[in-house]
Formats: sequence, C-alpha cells, structure tokens
Amino acid sequence: MDSDIDKKAAPMEGVLLTPEELKQRKQRNLAIALGLLAFIVIVFVVTIVRIGGSVAERSF
Amino acid sequence: MTNMLVKPAQYDLAGPRDYFALLKPRVMSLVIFTALVGMVLAPGMLHPVLAAVALFSIAVGAGASGALNMWWDADIDAIMSRTSKRPIPAGRVPSAEAAAFGGFLSALSVALLALASNYFAAGLLAFTIFFYVVIYSMWLKRSTPQNIVIGGAAGALPPVVGWAAVAGAAPLEPWVLFAVIFLWTPPHFWALALYKQGDYERAGVPMLPVVEGDRATRRQIFGYSIALALSGVAPYAIGMAGLIYLFVSALLGAMFVWLAWKVLHTDETNHIPARQLFRFSIIYLFAIFATILLERMTGLHG
Repeated sequence: MDSDIDKKAAPMEGVLLTPEELKQRKQRNLAIALGLLAFIVIVFVVTIVRIGGSVAERSF
Repeated sequence: MTNMLVKPAQYDLAGPRDYFALLKPRVMSLVIFTALVGMVLAPGMLHPVLAAVALFSIAVGAGASGALNMWWDADIDAIMSRTSKRPIPAGRVPSAEAAAFGGFLSALSVALLALASNYFAAGLLAFTIFFYVVIYSMWLKRSTPQNIVIGGAAGALPPVVGWAAVAGAAPLEPWVLFAVIFLWTPPHFWALALYKQGDYERAGVPMLPVVEGDRATRRQIFGYSIALALSGVAPYAIGMAGLIYLFVSALLGAMFVWLAWKVLHTDETNHIPARQLFRFSIIYLFAIFATILLERMTGLHG
C-alpha cells in the first residue's frame, strides 16, 4: 500500500459497518439494555420480597 | 476511497438470537423442567416470586455453561455435522465473545440464586457449571469414553439444585432424581453415538463406539437401560411418589429396556433401533418428571 494513500485515509481510520451490521449491532444493544433492565427489576423485587416481612414485623 | 478502512474479519453479524442459541435452549428446557420438579417436591416454602427467580437463575446458569461449552468445543463442533451450524463454528459469534458471555452469565446466575434462595443452592449451581465446563468439556470429553457417564452428573444436578433452593439442604430424595438422569445419560448419548459414530471419530472425540466398538456399546446401552428402569421406580420405593407414578414409570422403563433390547440385537448395518431409542429416551425423561410432578400437584401421591 502506498504511503500517500495512507495519509489521505488517515482521518477516516476505523471500522465502517455495513447497514446490515449496524442493524444487528442496534439489536444487540437493545437486547443488552432489556437484559440490564430486567436484572435491575429482578434484584429490586427480590430485595423487596426478602426484606418485606422483616420490615412489617420489626419492633420499633 | 472509503473502502480503505480496516475491518476485522468477524465484526460482526450476530444478533440476539445467536446469543440465545449459545445457551442451548433445548438442554435448558430440560434443566428448567427437572429443577422445577425438585423445587415442587422439596419440603418447605419459598415465596413464589423468589421461587420463580431461583428457577430463572438455574436456567441461566445452565445456559451459561452451555455457552462456555460451545466456546471450548468450537473446534469439535465445526467438524461434526450435528453441531457445525452452532453460532461459533458458523462464524456468527466470535469465540472470545461467547467465553465472556458464558462467564459473565455464570457469575450472574450464581449471585442471583444466592440472593433469591440460599448460599448452599448457589454453591451447588456453581459446582454444576464448574463440573460441566471444566471437568466434562475441558477434561473428560476428549480423553475418555467414560466422558458422558461422569459428565452426566452435571446434567443430573438441576433437580438437586432446585430442591436445595427451597429446602436449603440436599437429602436422599433429590439424589434419587439425580440418579435417574445420571443413568439416563449414557444410553441416551450412546444411542446417538451409534449412528453418529463417524462424526465423533473425525472430530477425535473418544465416544464409546469409537473406542470400544459397536457391540460393546450396544451391551453397555442395554445394561444402563436396566439400571435406569430400576432407578425410575425408586421414587416410589422411598415414598416420594405414589402408585400412579409407579405404574407409569414401570411402563416407561419397560419400553426403554425393550427398545434397548432391540438395539442390542441389531448391528451397525441397521440404525433404526438406535434412532428409536434416542428419540424415546427424550420422551422418557420428560414423562418420568412430568408424572411425578403432576401426581404431586394433584395430591394423588398418597
């Protein structure tokens, strides 16, 4: 590869995704977002259920 | 000139579906089902929400170990026709991503089970994942024809984990369920190996038919089938199940032994009995656990 061309290409270095790859990346990101959200909700609900009784029955 | 841009080979067309496939959904369904049975049969009471989260954790843990197995075995899977379309050998998911995905979900599932139930159950789940990934996949699978016999312990543990999640202990009863799956695994996989022998041989996996030959495998299948049929009625013998279960499990066991008998009396020129046994073995396991579950839920276990 010629060094002149390298310099010209320099500002645009990196990965260029095809539309199909962009679409798949978006779907992966969406799945991760939903997974994280589900995890947060699950941990929250488990916490509420586990401490629920103890909170209601505690002596002041 | 925009095509000068560098692009790594596998950067990448994987969608959420491919990552889901890494979890081996079909194996997972069996794990969910057997773990559920362990949870229902166990004495004690776990809050329904916590029980659901515990079952979910066990399922994710099983899926995570499946992903780690596919990461480790990608070279074998690429050679075998049955597995060559899995996400890694098909080139849809980079190997390192599968490892990270599986490792991350393993830790997450164990932590979540600890939160939802208890540390003992979480420890058992961690051990199950360790056993499947390290003991079976990394060590035994490529080194001994007893690979699936010993490795079967990992697949047999979910009802024990489920039981422990509810009861906080693992007495004899869940180990009887363990024994059923444990004894089921060899005839199930060897029936498959009888007609997929060439695949295993090319991939260098020392399955029993490859190492000991066709005849020895058929004898072993028959032997394990008898042991399986006996273990199938054991839940009744120790008072975990009632007469309905005894009847159904005895019938299923007899059918299993009969099919294994047909396998014993054919040779490598005829694959039909082995295929029949393989297909029936899946029905057998589902039916055994479904019967004990339904009998318990309808209160007919006596």
